[in-house]
Amino acid sequence: MKTLEEFVSLFAEQFDETDPNEITANTEFHDLDEWSSLIGLSVIAMVDEEFEVALKGDDMRSSITVEDLYNKVLAHL
Amino acid sequence: MGVSYNPFSLEGKTVLVTGASSGIGQETAIQCSKMGAKVIVTARNEDRLKETLSQLEGEGHSMFIAELTQQEELEKLVGSINVLNGVVLCAGKGMTSPFPFSTRGKYDSIFEVNFFAPIELLRLLVKKKKLEKDSSVVFVSSIGGVDSFQMGNGVYGASKAALNSMMKFCAKELAAKKIRVNTVNPGMVNTKLIQGGAISEEQHKMDMEKYPLKRYGEPEDIAYGIIYLLSDASSWVTGHSLVIDGGVTI
Ligand SMILES: NC(=O)c1ccc[n+]([C@@H]2O[C@H](COP(=O)([O-])OP(=O)(O)OC[C@H]3O[C@@H](n4cnc5c(N)ncnc54)[C@H](OP(=O)(O)O)[C@@H]3O)[C@@H](O)[C@H]2O)c1
Repeated sequence: MKTLEEFVSLFAEQFDETDPNEITANTEFHDLDEWSSLIGLSVIAMVDEEFEVALKGDDMRSSITVEDLYNKVLAHL
Repeated sequence: MGVSYNPFSLEGKTVLVTGASSGIGQETAIQCSKMGAKVIVTARNEDRLKETLSQLEGEGHSMFIAELTQQEELEKLVGSINVLNGVVLCAGKGMTSPFPFSTRGKYDSIFEVNFFAPIELLRLLVKKKKLEKDSSVVFVSSIGGVDSFQMGNGVYGASKAALNSMMKFCAKELAAKKIRVNTVNPGMVNTKLIQGGAISEEQHKMDMEKYPLKRYGEPEDIAYGIIYLLSDASSWVTGHSLVIDGGVTI
């Protein structure tokens, strides 16, 4: 099972311009300048690839921080 | 002209509809029966297919359970058919996957259902001479991959583009047998294919605003276009893609 820390770094990998160090478990990711619907789809695809969990668009929307999203993934496992 | 005048009638025609247990295929089967066709419905889920069968109007309809990605099941389905005047190849599935995550396995799983299954089914129907002269074949393609290139829709869109291409090859070759081949290319339609996936309800609402007619389609919007292509009203139409999309590709 991947830790929260590992999840945060996989999450940060989906960005191109944002400094990975800027992204932590507490980051409110919808507010990041680079956040976009395509990055949202990439995060869903990453979760599918790494955790075999099919997150829904509504899971993304209702998560505020990166940790919220990690907890959604755990809940689906 | 009597009240019964109807150039779009399917009276006297037998029509096979795949993907008939849900969404566009289910509605198409129902509407075809209302237009007078005898309908053969097929899909994998028995309960939902029975539900479709029970909603068909008139007599002489039948159902056949088949997993269309399995060659033996395709052959059994074709073997069970006597003769057809129309085929609606509607079974399909969706996928949202950004390019870097689109592995070969994802393309395979989508192309199996959206491309290889309908093409192989049509091949068998033609080879076994199950299609009467003047038959009409309708593939349910999409604007996706043909006129519209939404982010994350590449695997799905490529399967539909391939289908659109084969439609034209088939239209040209099968014209010798007087078989017409066309596609309908829908925009977003309210079915379970688009619900509960990677695109949230809120994102769909925003997307709907991009449609000049300010809504997504309903299955009957597509079924009516399919009926036109199945009917003798479209006798001189082949190799065509009928876009039904609320104007979104304008
Ligand atoms: N909804 C849209 O926005 C939209 C837009 C453009 C094009 N389309 C196309 O329209 C077609 C119908 O989609 P829909 O929206 O009506 O989706 P849907 O409600 O999910 O229906 C899909 C149908 O395909 C059948 N099916 C799927 N995989 C199958 C398989 N391996 N073997 C046999 N049957 C299979 C399903 O039946 P079972 O599960 O019972 O087998 C079901 O009846 C698809 O080709 C889709 O790509 C849809």
